[in-house]
Amino acid sequence: MIYLDLFLGFLKVGCFSFGGAYGAIPLIRDVALSYGWLDDETLAYMIAVSESTPGPIMVNLATYVGSSQAGLGGAVLATLAVVLPSFLVILLAAAVLKNLLENRYVKAVLGGLKPCVIGIILATGVYMTVHNGISGMGKPGLDLRPAAITAILAAVMWGAKPVLKRKVSPLALIAVSACLGILLYGI
Amino acid sequence: MKIRMDLFLTFMKIGFFTFGGGYAMIPIIEDTCVEKKKWLSHDDMMNIAVIAESTPGPMAINCATFTGYRQAGFFGSLAATAGIILPSFLVIFIISMFLDNFLEITVIANAFKGIKLAVGILILDAAVKMVKKMKRGAFPRMIMLCSFAAMLLINIFSWSFSTISLMLIAAAVSLAASFASGAKRKEGEGT
Repeated sequence: MIYLDLFLGFLKVGCFSFGGAYGAIPLIRDVALSYGWLDDETLAYMIAVSESTPGPIMVNLATYVGSSQAGLGGAVLATLAVVLPSFLVILLAAAVLKNLLENRYVKAVLGGLKPCVIGIILATGVYMTVHNGISGMGKPGLDLRPAAITAILAAVMWGAKPVLKRKVSPLALIAVSACLGILLYGI
Repeated sequence: MKIRMDLFLTFMKIGFFTFGGGYAMIPIIEDTCVEKKKWLSHDDMMNIAVIAESTPGPMAINCATFTGYRQAGFFGSLAATAGIILPSFLVIFIISMFLDNFLEITVIANAFKGIKLAVGILILDAAVKMVKKMKRGAFPRMIMLCSFAAMLLINIFSWSFSTISLMLIAAAVSLAASFASGAKRKEGEGT
C-alpha cells in the first residue's frame, strides 16, 4: 500500500530530522533509497530545485516524492507526515511542557541524538563526495570529469572565502556545478 | 477568525518569498513577527531558536507553529503551519509533473551531472559547521565519531541498517550513561 508506505516513511523522517536543512538529507536518502522512491540523481535534482524554490528542503522532498509515487494524494500525505512530528512537539512544548527541555532524561536522550546526527551527516557528506568523485574511475575508459568537477567545487566552497570576503551560498555553488556539468559533459 | 486568517496569510507570504531552505526564512520571520506584527518578543524568538535546535523539523515551521499557538491556540498553530507550507507544496507539486520531460533535455541532464557532485560538498560543509559548533567534551565527541564510523561502513558496504536505528542506539547509550552517572552521584552522597 503506497499511501501507507509514504505516510510511515515520511513520518519517520519527520521524527528524526534534527540538524537543519542538510541534516535531514541523509535520513531522506536512507528512507527513499530503501523504498526505491529516489536514486542519487533524482535526489540531486530535487535538492537543486529546493534551493531555487521557496520552502524547507525536507518539505519539498516529501511533496516531490509523494507526488511522483502516488499523485496529489501521495503528495498531501507525505507532506503532512513529514511536518506532523515537529508540529506536535512544538505544540506540546508551547502548551504543557514548558520545561520539557530541562528534564534530565530528555537532556540525556538529546545529548546522544545530536552528536549521532552530526556523525551521520558528516559520514554521508564524506561518502557522497568521495564516491561520486571517483565514480568515473572504475569503468573502462577512465573518466576524470567527476573528480575534476569535485576538486573545483571543493576549492570554490572552501577556498573562495578569503578572496570573496564572504561565504559561497549553496545556490551559488549549485549554479557553478551546473555550469561545470554543461561545459565538461557537453563537449 | 480574523487573527487566524491573518496568521495564515502572513505565514503564506513568508513561505512564498523565502528561497534557499529554512534558514533563509528566520530573519524574515523575525522581522515580520517581532518588529511589524508584535506577535512575539525578542525573548520568544530566542526561546524558539533553542527549542527548534532540540526538536525535529525545519526551524521555520517550528516558528510558525509556535507563533500561531501563542496568538490563537491550536487552530492558530494549524493556520500558521498550513500557511508556511502551502506555497512550497504548490510549487513543488507543479514542478513534479514536468520533471521527466525536463530531464530529457541534454543540456539539463549534463547540468545535473555537475549538481550531483555539489550535493555531497554541501552536506559536508553543513556537517563541518555543526562539528565546529558542537558541545565540547569527550562523550559527545565519542558518540559523534562512532556514528561517523558506523555510517561510513554502512554506506561503503551497503549494509541494510537504518540511520534511525543508529540514532536510537546513540540515545539509549546516552541515557544509560546518564543513569550510571546519577547512580554514582547517589552512592557518593550516601557514604
